[in-house]
Amino acid sequence: MSMPDPIAVFRTEAAELFEQIESGLLDLTHRLNDKDQIDAVFRGLHTLKGSGAMFGFDALAAFTHHCETAFDRVRKGEKPATSELIAAVLAAQDHMRALVDRPTDDHGNIGEILLAQLQRAVEGGAPVTAILEQPIALSVAAAKKGGTNTWRIRFSLPVNSMVNGTNPLGLLDELRDLGKCRIAVNTSAIPSLDVLVPTDLHLSWDVTLTTDQPRSAIDDVFIFVLDDMQLEVETLADEGAAEPLASIQPEAPAPVATPAAAVVAVAAPNPVPVPASVANEREAPSSSDARQAKAAENVRVPAERLDELMDRVGELVIAQSRLRQLASASMDIQLRSVSEEIERLSGELRDTMMVLRMVPVGSLFGRFRRLVHDLARETGKVIELVTEGETTEVDKTVIERLADPLVHLVRNSIDHGLETPEERRAAGKEEAGKIMLSARQAGGEVIITIKDDGRGINRERVRAKAESSGLIQPGTTLSDQDLLQLIFAPGFSTAAQVTNLSGRGVGMDVVKKTVEALRGAIDITSRNGEGSDVSLRIPLTLAIIDGLLVRVGTGRYVIPLSAVEECLELSLEEDLRSRGRSFISLRDSLVPFLRLRDLFRTGTKPDAHQKVVVISTGTERVGMVVDQIIGDHQTVIKSMSKLHHDVATFSGATILGDGSVALILDVAHLVAAGQQQEAQVRAAG
Amino acid sequence: MIEAVQSNDKQLKSDTHWNGDGELEVLTFDLHGETFALEATMVQEILDLLPETMVPGAMPFVGSVINFRGKVIPLADIRLAFGMDAAETTIDSRIIVIELDLQGEPTLVGLRTDKVNEVTTLAKTSSEAPPSVGMRWRPDYINCLVKRGGQFIILPNLQAIFSFRKEI
Repeated sequence: MSMPDPIAVFRTEAAELFEQIESGLLDLTHRLNDKDQIDAVFRGLHTLKGSGAMFGFDALAAFTHHCETAFDRVRKGEKPATSELIAAVLAAQDHMRALVDRPTDDHGNIGEILLAQLQRAVEGGAPVTAILEQPIALSVAAAKKGGTNTWRIRFSLPVNSMVNGTNPLGLLDELRDLGKCRIAVNTSAIPSLDVLVPTDLHLSWDVTLTTDQPRSAIDDVFIFVLDDMQLEVETLADEGAAEPLASIQPEAPAPVATPAAAVVAVAAPNPVPVPASVANEREAPSSSDARQAKAAENVRVPAERLDELMDRVGELVIAQSRLRQLASASMDIQLRSVSEEIERLSGELRDTMMVLRMVPVGSLFGRFRRLVHDLARETGKVIELVTEGETTEVDKTVIERLADPLVHLVRNSIDHGLETPEERRAAGKEEAGKIMLSARQAGGEVIITIKDDGRGINRERVRAKAESSGLIQPGTTLSDQDLLQLIFAPGFSTAAQVTNLSGRGVGMDVVKKTVEALRGAIDITSRNGEGSDVSLRIPLTLAIIDGLLVRVGTGRYVIPLSAVEECLELSLEEDLRSRGRSFISLRDSLVPFLRLRDLFRTGTKPDAHQKVVVISTGTERVGMVVDQIIGDHQTVIKSMSKLHHDVATFSGATILGDGSVALILDVAHLVAAGQQQEAQVRAAG
Repeated sequence: MIEAVQSNDKQLKSDTHWNGDGELEVLTFDLHGETFALEATMVQEILDLLPETMVPGAMPFVGSVINFRGKVIPLADIRLAFGMDAAETTIDSRIIVIELDLQGEPTLVGLRTDKVNEVTTLAKTSSEAPPSVGMRWRPDYINCLVKRGGQFIILPNLQAIFSFRKEI
């Protein structure tokens, strides 16, 4: 396996950081003084700057530095967080994204304009340069700005820092650049030769620096390694007071950092350098261990590897069902018990694997906050976004594919559903329109609902539009659901509807197609003047489903169990009577049925006792007549090749315990095919 | 009825990768008494017959699928593309699994054969373009004919054969 491209790795990381920063900023718009969020944004900016510089995105690092500086001052309480500042940083963040995506492009003077904006937001009109040049007052020593100070700097780096690419020589060179340096190295921590790992760093340094630079300049030297290192800076100029400064603690008030910080606090006042550094050395591993433990909690794995693992698990499930078949035919008790054990284990493995692929919907919802924020500005509508059930988990692939349709649905709700504040007042509603995004799990499905409290869908207009564009014949009787579903018909969107909001080239018909491709469905409800709900029902996973294995003629097929309502026997009289009409009465309601034998043209004699599997496709119930119901089957879905893409009746295939292939019925398409056949029969007969 | 998507003047060229010496390593097999050849590099595996699963509604030419090492792959019968009758399987029948680039996606396809012969080397000098007359087969389904030992070996143009669309 080749090494991942470091630039790509950085981009992934940056994308996550942007998400973190953005969500922090948006939270701040509601609670301006939320210290946690300010810290979160600052941390995000700081990390972005650090990694950016490490991967050679210098423009990004330089630009981000200014935003970070601004937030640093907010964080220290020097400046209040204002909505202007947040807007400026949000805008700046978009520029950062551009810098990450296209680092080599000429971005003109956008950066400077944004910085000026930022500056105005922070200072209220002071020149930009002030923020660029102004040192950050960090300590009492800053009061001595202008004069020459002598600093005593003691620092040690984590043992593994050389492995991570930190070069202490570079740090020392940077310190030398600041002024006259006397550098002493402390070698006391080096272990004896037989246990020495040559790549580990056991040295610590004691630097006496005389400089006219402020304290912050020293901190800047260590800025990229600050989080992991032990650093003490104290001023020597003021011998009498000799008040040791509090050591710089990592910005992150993360709990893992606390032990290290506490140790330094104890060690810092100690004027004797050697014991101090010993203490540091002794404690350093524990703090870095804690960090490693923290890092181990989350492992970034390329998605392809997960898919690969999923394939293996799928193959294991197939092999296991073969084993079960052998074992059940054998009299060997031991074999049977091993088979049962493996069945249990592979079942658990499969479940664990599924969980691995699950991602909380929250990651999908996050991006809508920004979208809504922007749309509110564009449309002049006041919009409140409420999200619910962010922790609901869905298969990763599903999330990725749902992103665009959801964006479109939300835009649509805002654009067409919500009224302007004036209209809302006139209708006696609150000025702020509400968009609610919620997700919940129901059985084997996840239901994602986009709900607005706007004007609702105008059914007359939908009908008029559908008639004028030839989607339905004038005067056709349609159920309410069918009428509302028309908005997803291809070609329904009219020019009047296309605004810059509903753009992006994704029509509502694409929304529907995407959802159907995920084997999901869309339900709409709408109440005039009260708003609309659009619910997407998506299966939890795309990889393995529970299926009902049936036999039709000589072929075996899998019906997704989630669609199956019940199974019953087709009585002989129903069978005979239904030659003319294909309906059975099921608890006083008529259910049409399809003979799969006819549909598949098996050309075999039907079994004596035909079975009906009643499935539901959303609102419709349809019976499928099969020869035999074999039983439930853990179905690992394998996609069909391009050569069979024209066969819509099957959504995929699976491999049975005996190694043969069974096709998975695509219920929705099968019903459509059945209706078509029925229509042909009617036309012929 | 089966039609090629491309018209004849814009037919799909399946590249025949003659090497620098004008030679090509191929696997030869028999179908309906004719000898065909496939470039050896595209051949993945030769299988004994496997249980097949019919796909109702699919084109007869790729009417079934098989389980190839945990993957479900289509099983094609190129006899039908050449207008030959489907034949009963014999003791010599084998399936050749090839990897084919279909619309930019590498796809594994099984080919039914009556008999697999050998891996051999063909010379470009003895190859000929398919004659425009006197042939029952569609000319665009054939890359070239190679004369060898008094008979012709057919190099089918798999790209063209697998790029048809079903016409209703």
